[in-house]
Amino acid sequence: MPRLNPDNIELAKEIIGRYPRPKSALIPLLHLAQEQDGWVTDDAMEHLAELVGCTPAEVLGTCSFYEMFKREPVGPYLVNICHGISCHLLGADELLEHAEQSLGVKAGGTTADGKITLEEAECQAACTEAPCLQVNYRYRYKVANEAFDQLVADLRAGKLDDEIPPHGTLARRSTRQHIPTDRAAGPAAVDVNVEPVWLSRNADAPEAKG
Amino acid sequence: MTITDAPKIVTGRLAAHDDAHTIARYEATDGYKGLRAALQRAPQSITDEVKAASLLGRGGAGFPAGVKWGFCPPGVFPRYLVVNGDESEPGTYKDRILMESDPHQLIEGILIACYAIGCSQAFLYCRGEMALAHERLGEALNEAYAAGYVGKNILGSDYSIDIVLHWGAGAYIVGEETALIESLEGNRGMPRLKPPFFPAAKGVYLQPTVVNNVETLANLPWLMQHGAEAFHALGAENSRGTRMFAVSGHVKKPGVYEVEFGVTTFRDLLYAPIYAGGIRGDHALKAFIPGGASAPLFYEEHLDLPLEAGVVGKAGSMLGSGAIVVMDETTDMVKATRNLVRFFARESCGKCTPCREGTTWLERILDRIIDGHGRPEDIDLLLDVCDNISPGLLWPPKQTTICPLGQSATPSIVGTIKRFPEEYERYVNAPFSTTVAINGAAYLSPPVAAAATGGSAE
Repeated sequence: MPRLNPDNIELAKEIIGRYPRPKSALIPLLHLAQEQDGWVTDDAMEHLAELVGCTPAEVLGTCSFYEMFKREPVGPYLVNICHGISCHLLGADELLEHAEQSLGVKAGGTTADGKITLEEAECQAACTEAPCLQVNYRYRYKVANEAFDQLVADLRAGKLDDEIPPHGTLARRSTRQHIPTDRAAGPAAVDVNVEPVWLSRNADAPEAKG
Repeated sequence: MTITDAPKIVTGRLAAHDDAHTIARYEATDGYKGLRAALQRAPQSITDEVKAASLLGRGGAGFPAGVKWGFCPPGVFPRYLVVNGDESEPGTYKDRILMESDPHQLIEGILIACYAIGCSQAFLYCRGEMALAHERLGEALNEAYAAGYVGKNILGSDYSIDIVLHWGAGAYIVGEETALIESLEGNRGMPRLKPPFFPAAKGVYLQPTVVNNVETLANLPWLMQHGAEAFHALGAENSRGTRMFAVSGHVKKPGVYEVEFGVTTFRDLLYAPIYAGGIRGDHALKAFIPGGASAPLFYEEHLDLPLEAGVVGKAGSMLGSGAIVVMDETTDMVKATRNLVRFFARESCGKCTPCREGTTWLERILDRIIDGHGRPEDIDLLLDVCDNISPGLLWPPKQTTICPLGQSATPSIVGTIKRFPEEYERYVNAPFSTTVAINGAAYLSPPVAAAATGGSAE
């Protein structure tokens, strides 16, 4: 069972360095572990505990609170069908039933080929586009039964791989935040009680260049 | 009809341009001018201007932003800003649009707020399930750092601050500000008790912290350029400027509309051809949620109320997060109520007993009513459980818990039992019938072997 690989250790250290206290990086690091392995392994949680300086039990405590972290394997495609109130009014229950029938699994299960995990999800903030679903947190709007079946066929055929990276990857790497060292203001240390230099500036102070 | 031609303060750019998320488009459309203007001014004067504009928080509680900023105790540093981008109230769809389609506007708003408050670091907490928003915000921040708008010595001035993009991981409760802070510290997202943990005094790392909603901050660039007077000229009473409302459910044109706050009415928003365009299939309106799943239902007789925080509050509900969910006459109100209650039952963090046990039992009782096992006394039992979560069933509700999540499950039950008792009675008096259909592969397939699954991130 894997710990973080060397590249991800580097990335983890960069993320930790943005925060005044290392444990603040825990949720982003759990995402990183889930990206590496597709789910969050016990070994990864132990590794994260070492990296942020807390106990593995504390990492598990945080990990188990949040819906998105999977502590057992799921398929490379996680299909979340929204059942919030707006989607409920426009056929989410029927869509979910269709999905269960056509995939042959109940919500929470993974298909026999291991490719697709089906879940029902809370409101996804696409209420005007009901009923909606997400595949690995990428949206599909106003989903009819036929469109659902087409989506599943495309996923299985690998046709959407450019648009939808495997489960665990949220933002693709090229789009992640990276703070260049020469531009960073740095994390604001908790125990340094110093007023920011600009705060006491009054209206008569010299104008800033802009 | 009171449809006004108020400017689109926060959605103007993204409505006009498909590439509104790029820095090139942002700079070409007055981008970062508000920041430049702010840097010429004394920080305190900006806080005063935001107060004068009467910019109410757009997250749900509707507290004046400038007043909130002023609560930080003097002489205690560092101060932090936490941006609440954990939009997850059922029916709410606005912050995601702003983060995905105009991220620089939000970044500029954050920079203006931190300059005014004297924050030394900002954390942008984006809901985990919004992959595109993460990508757009990450790219926008990288562009903004490269262009000198964020980081050390912003635009050559003495103002320096980092904005750290933080990903959530799926928990509605984290939208509550003290839970948001717990989550940002790497913990389970459980709310803290107020007092003593008012974020302005004891927030992130127990330091003074301002928590602001995405839409609130997105107003600041416009406010800096056009001034408090122009902002205050829009709207009525305390509800000034414009506001985004997501109209969803049984309407002809569901959509997110930015309208003048305080004067536009529910009828305008639901029926005007430029907005939602009326009820689908020309059905009759049965009920609507005026401000997210936590808000008591409104009906036909409330349509002519203006979208003004005080007026809606006095009428017995709230504008909350700007989520209007419309239900037509075909809606099964018991099932709709179960849907709303299930949400709160599943999202309860489990810290306080009335919420954890109460919402769970409400869901179970509604389940059995809908499944045909309900007893006539279950209707009173529902009200009794609600009364234990929020004594007296009043508006505004009384709270027995640390945060308002538990009581948010009660208004839909109380309201629908009062308004549509016959729908509940029909369920509990119906002869027993099984609702479980055993037909099809979903219920017959063997359990899936663990070996067949696994990630493919490599």
